[in-house]
Amino acid sequence: MGAIKITTPLSDETILSLKTGDEVLISGTIYTARDQAHFRLVKLIEDNKPLPFDLQGQIIYYVGPTPEKPGEIIGSAGPTTSYRMDKYAPILIKNGLKGMIGKGKRSAEVKEAIKKYKAVYFGAIGGAGALISKTIKSSKVIAYDDLLSEAVRRLTVENFPAIVVNDVYGGDLYEEGRKKYENKYNNIAV
Amino acid sequence: MRVIASEEISNAVKNLIINSSVNLPEDTYKSLKQASEKEISESGKTVLNQILLNASIAKTELKPLCQDTGLAVFFVEVGKDVAVGGKNLTDAINDGTRAGYAEGFLRKSTCDPLSRKNIGDNTPAIIHYDINDGDKIKIMYAAKGGGSENMSRLKMMRPSDGKDGVIDFVVETMREAGPNPCPPNIIGVGIGGNFERSAVIAKKALFRKLGAKNDDPELAEMESIIFEKVNNIGTGPMGFGGICTALGIHIIKEPCHIASFPVAVNIECHSHRHSEIII
Repeated sequence: MGAIKITTPLSDETILSLKTGDEVLISGTIYTARDQAHFRLVKLIEDNKPLPFDLQGQIIYYVGPTPEKPGEIIGSAGPTTSYRMDKYAPILIKNGLKGMIGKGKRSAEVKEAIKKYKAVYFGAIGGAGALISKTIKSSKVIAYDDLLSEAVRRLTVENFPAIVVNDVYGGDLYEEGRKKYENKYNNIAV
Repeated sequence: MRVIASEEISNAVKNLIINSSVNLPEDTYKSLKQASEKEISESGKTVLNQILLNASIAKTELKPLCQDTGLAVFFVEVGKDVAVGGKNLTDAINDGTRAGYAEGFLRKSTCDPLSRKNIGDNTPAIIHYDINDGDKIKIMYAAKGGGSENMSRLKMMRPSDGKDGVIDFVVETMREAGPNPCPPNIIGVGIGGNFERSAVIAKKALFRKLGAKNDDPELAEMESIIFEKVNNIGTGPMGFGGICTALGIHIIKEPCHIASFPVAVNIECHSHRHSEIII
């Protein structure tokens, strides 16, 4: 089965159609944020202040790229480990965030928020930053430039490759994938 | 006494850093290639092929393999008959680190641990020194990413836990790490020494060439037992399921206190960037 093409902002219809293990190609606008940016965004929500961008239907990509060389759109730009954002993600999801791209396991609270508010968590390939950067067509820092690589950027992506890890139905690719291949090494080795 | 100018050292360090960021070492590439042929999971195979493709893009376009260009970690062996002229060796290495991360357009990832404010130039480097014979300086460099480092563990075990205890601890560490440290991983294990020494030798173990056998037959046997167990966990490339979770297990042991049994597990991601130079 080929990859499913999806565009941002994500509609509930798109989210309901995505299942754990689906390969997707994402196009449209996405936003970047890591640890410190999440801390600040959540603080703004708690203080009832406006965010630097509208969260409704959007995807946040957990990434801190390398600096772009002259003439480049962006440097190397692969995903960072997502669990560090687990403390903040449910608050953003509750306030309209629909998608997250990162790598690694999510907490029970994040998975619960994904189900409750209809969102999705995508896994991208860690350590493939040069490859992924080719799908990024524009990049602009829109907030927190003091955070350097951790600043919030607005990216335009075309066919950004990812895989659905946690879907709205409670699926978890990391658990399912691991169970499927548990003790399989012995069968092929020797 | 041979004298090496500190600028020569800084320059060598700078070049090591810039080259490492875009060139996956041959042993790592070969090991990933073998894994891609062995992997039975479809998504695992796809991931490994993308990682190999990423390596060729990085090399031809001089774009960093991974956006996490690491903390700069060095193991330095200094001959007793060599001196450094100009700045001291630590400053020379930090100068080279600063220049390498700036001129290579690499990410600066060092920050204050409490305020989280970025230092801005990726210093200070983490440097471990050994003194040996001769009049040369050997500098081994690794760009150590945060994702895999965060999943690493250290345990002061009981001597009665024995070899099996070590094996279980490594396997459990890898099971718990799951997809987080960007598998397939290289796993450095330090057995013995004391609290901090076990961690240092676990890190040093990562520098052994992938695929090279441990000289100590007892450790070699432990490595193959752990290798099989870790690859049976099912985590697979990027955790999407599969039989290639570890590319290699490298163990170093050192004598320890009669009351202690320290064991450290240092996990390294598949973007295993390491290189060395002898000056």
